[in-house]
Amino acid sequence: MKPAPFDYRRPGTLSEAIAALAGEPDAKVLAGGQSLVPLLSMRLAAPSLLVDINGLPGLDTIEVTGEGDEPGVRVGALARHAAVLASDDVRRVQPLVPLALADVAHATIRNRGTTVGSIVHADAAAEMPVVLTLLGGSVEVEGPSGRRTIPADELYVGPLESSVGHDEIAVAAFFPALRPGAGVGFEEIARRHGDYALVGAAALVEGESVRVGFLSVSDVPTVVDLSGVADDELGDAALAQLEPMDDIHATAAYRSQLVRVLTTRVVRSAQEMAREGM
Amino acid sequence: MTTKLMGQGVKRVEDQRFLRGQGRYVDDVAIGSDTLHAAVLRSPHAHARILDIDVADVLDVEGVHAVYTYDDLTGPMAEPLPLLIPHPALTHGRTQYALAKDEVNYVGEAIAFVVAEDRYVAEDAVSRIRVDYEFLTPVVGVDAARAATALVHEDVPGNVGARLEQSVGDAVTAIANAPHRLELDLTIERSACMPMEGRGTVARWDPDINRLQVWTSTQSSTGVRAAVAVKMGLDLGQVDVITPDVGGGFGVKINHPWPEELLVPLAARALGRTVKFTEDRREHFISSAHERGQVQHIEVGFDDDGRLHGLDVEFWHDHGAFTPYGLIVPIITSTQLLGPYKPQNYRVVFESLYTNTVMVTPYRGAGRPQGCFAMERTMDAIAAYLGKDRADVRALNFIQPDEFPYDQGLIFQDGRELEYDSGDYPASLEKLKELVGWDEFPAFKAEMAAQGRQVGIGLACYVEGTGVGPYEGAHVHVETSGKVKVATGLTTQGQGHATVFAQLVADELGVKFEDVEVVTGDTRRMPYAVGTFASRAAVMSGSAIHLAAKRTREKVLKIAAEALEADENDLEIVDGVVSVKGSPGNSIDLGTVSVLSNPLRYAFDEKSRAATQFSIGDPGKPPVAEDEEPGLEGKDFYSPERATFASGMHAVIVETDPLTAEITILKYAVVHDCGHLINPMIVEGQIHGGVAQGVGGALYERMAYDESGQLLNASFMDFLMPYVTEIPDGIDIDHLETPSPLNPLGIKGAGEAGVIPSAAVFAAAIEDAEGLTITAMPISPSELYTLRQEHS
Repeated sequence: MKPAPFDYRRPGTLSEAIAALAGEPDAKVLAGGQSLVPLLSMRLAAPSLLVDINGLPGLDTIEVTGEGDEPGVRVGALARHAAVLASDDVRRVQPLVPLALADVAHATIRNRGTTVGSIVHADAAAEMPVVLTLLGGSVEVEGPSGRRTIPADELYVGPLESSVGHDEIAVAAFFPALRPGAGVGFEEIARRHGDYALVGAAALVEGESVRVGFLSVSDVPTVVDLSGVADDELGDAALAQLEPMDDIHATAAYRSQLVRVLTTRVVRSAQEMAREGM
Repeated sequence: MTTKLMGQGVKRVEDQRFLRGQGRYVDDVAIGSDTLHAAVLRSPHAHARILDIDVADVLDVEGVHAVYTYDDLTGPMAEPLPLLIPHPALTHGRTQYALAKDEVNYVGEAIAFVVAEDRYVAEDAVSRIRVDYEFLTPVVGVDAARAATALVHEDVPGNVGARLEQSVGDAVTAIANAPHRLELDLTIERSACMPMEGRGTVARWDPDINRLQVWTSTQSSTGVRAAVAVKMGLDLGQVDVITPDVGGGFGVKINHPWPEELLVPLAARALGRTVKFTEDRREHFISSAHERGQVQHIEVGFDDDGRLHGLDVEFWHDHGAFTPYGLIVPIITSTQLLGPYKPQNYRVVFESLYTNTVMVTPYRGAGRPQGCFAMERTMDAIAAYLGKDRADVRALNFIQPDEFPYDQGLIFQDGRELEYDSGDYPASLEKLKELVGWDEFPAFKAEMAAQGRQVGIGLACYVEGTGVGPYEGAHVHVETSGKVKVATGLTTQGQGHATVFAQLVADELGVKFEDVEVVTGDTRRMPYAVGTFASRAAVMSGSAIHLAAKRTREKVLKIAAEALEADENDLEIVDGVVSVKGSPGNSIDLGTVSVLSNPLRYAFDEKSRAATQFSIGDPGKPPVAEDEEPGLEGKDFYSPERATFASGMHAVIVETDPLTAEITILKYAVVHDCGHLINPMIVEGQIHGGVAQGVGGALYERMAYDESGQLLNASFMDFLMPYVTEIPDGIDIDHLETPSPLNPLGIKGAGEAGVIPSAAVFAAAIEDAEGLTITAMPISPSELYTLRQEHS
């Protein structure tokens, strides 16, 4: 289990990094490496060049935004899951982020893996892409033609495929703040502690609006609108918009059952938070 | 007199090294630029004919030193690998070649072997080898093997490698005449040993002395040594095999020689360089060994009380593509199935079947978990049918303490009678019921039900034949420093042998525990040995070490008596000092005795000078008397008549989630009887590890083969070996100590016990919680949900 040969660069500036990517269509960005390195070792990916962005300054920030900007938290490309999870600011501004991060793999992986990296890796079984999508967040990317913002609902185009260009680097993710009177909930069921979920669900309740995002039920992070649905019909209403699939760990019927159970649970949690405040 | 260490929970001398990352495994041997690294091209297809292998592109890769295919093998190396344990019933035994010849029979079978500057280059080269295949129909799973519409090996009709029947009495008639009859169809799936360290081999050829040194991660260094010598046409005396620290075996490393254990030495001699192969995890999944896959049909006859009248068991054992380890696993299933019970009349017949999957060799428990599953599911079915307490039905069928030795009338895996030496099953059951709260459980269940929670309890009993022969040996040497060096030939994989063997020597020889150092698995130190498997190390090497230490003690006392001018019977040895009882000033330390034992007495050290004050020997006779040897050593072997039978019982309380079908362990209790305990802490550790593997096998692990023979979960991401988070926080353990009459220490093996009843005990508990019948294990929440849907 050794990677195929690749070139490696560790630029000191963002523009050098972008230039390196631009010259090499098969290049990959290395941040935390928690998904990429196993793919390399198993030779499931064989990029010609790795552009290691760990030497870029100023990308490990976690900032609360507001005062003129949209309120929320902006997480830099080198902020590790563990740092985001430990941030009191993040917890205060958008509690769904730490709720979901607690279920991202294991502590050792969270110490190295980056939240932005997980988001642009675009794995529909991962927690953070769903969270970003449900919250209506966005990703800031920089490429040869400058910086642009990709809204979450335009980010995920297919399995493990995002709309970030091959010569672009995601420099930050933005999670909108939880509005006063709103609530969130998150829960997942995995075979083992820290595994990818068989099914996971995240809920956002704001006034009459009830929306739930799901992981591990489809190829891309999926959000369904359950506004106005009676409490005892939430699960079935969600299922009507989803097509869970079989794999070696669970049948589609069992995943459907988990969708029903988790939908009810996360909406209830979100409603409680909305009622009681954080 | 110092306290006896036998029976004490002495802390493991190994742990400081292991916990600080200072263990030294095969991959840590020969780290340096001179070492070449090997990688293996493995078959991507489960069943195919090899039409052509083109290695032309490989030779251009910079850093590649050699590439081998079957055509490069000659002499014994070109013959099939050995069938280690033949059996008359194994009429169609087959083993693979070191590198595939003409045909591949499972995904992962070795086809070509590349040696290069480093493993990266070796893998690059492997990816450039082109093989043309003609696809053959793969046979996957017991059903396909039995249907035999396709054959794994053209010359094995029906895919049947072996058929073996044993019987005691007339089970068929007894069942027909019994007041009640039941039939059960059961399935148990594959798992695997999954040691943290996979297989690995390093070899170095020394052309100056024509000698081969091999380091390999094995459970039998003497076995590998003999195999390497024969296959390479070397004398045994030209080959040393050294087994350093081993990061787990659990059975998979008792099979030998693996292809790489021969190819690495071959390349090392041909290239004149040290060569290393370290198996990676994917390779371990697809090219080592699996176990456990069986389909069983049981018919049982019993009376109104639940007493067995007859038991008729038929099962089909999936042994994969080859049978290097013979019929050991299904024979163990068929004999150990009986556990602590008297079936009155018993017939068992199995077919051992070929499939195009990784071969099956023993995995901790070695066929017993399947046997226990069959028997204990049967006991639960009888209890359910009669509406009786499950523990009562079992107790009614137990062999009683006054019936030992008890001959089950069958032939065990070692070719000897299945005769239980000792045990006390009623006492074990009483202890278990108390430990788990069996009698209080119905009230607890009702209390939980009132809260909308579902809980269930199960129990399962087993008997385990441990400490099988033929022999182990030991060598004990007291150095002039007074330190004691002990060697035994079997290998160690983390069990704590260096601790327990030192305890035995310290006790017998009267030396300090910390002055005893144990070496295992080094053929230079102990060339005659068998190996570490079948829960045999403590019984076999422990007994041999005890006997060797006893011989050493005899020599110590003889020399000391002469030096101290005292009678041997008046001497005692405490903390390495021999003294006349009641006269502590009249003493001599063991180091000085060691000096005196050797007439060649150059005064290199203080001990030698100190020894000059003593005078031994008759100046009128040769310095080394007839029947004597120089040096303070003792060597002995232990060879038992037959296996000694440990036993135990497990109980578990589980909770199943009414909505998600998740299965949670609330309590796990074990009563264990392995005779006298050498080190209770280590025995408990063995039980903890066994239970952990059992939880894996019952609730998480399976080998997910698709119809084409691809293993879909060949990684730790998808093969769900439990983490510590999935294992019960506490395992309640109680011991019973029924000594074995078969060995001097009264001990029995403890290595495999923890894993044997898992499938049975979890099936019983889940069944109790759910009120539906469980016939297949492992079981996942998804499968439990499916069962609920089918049942509702």
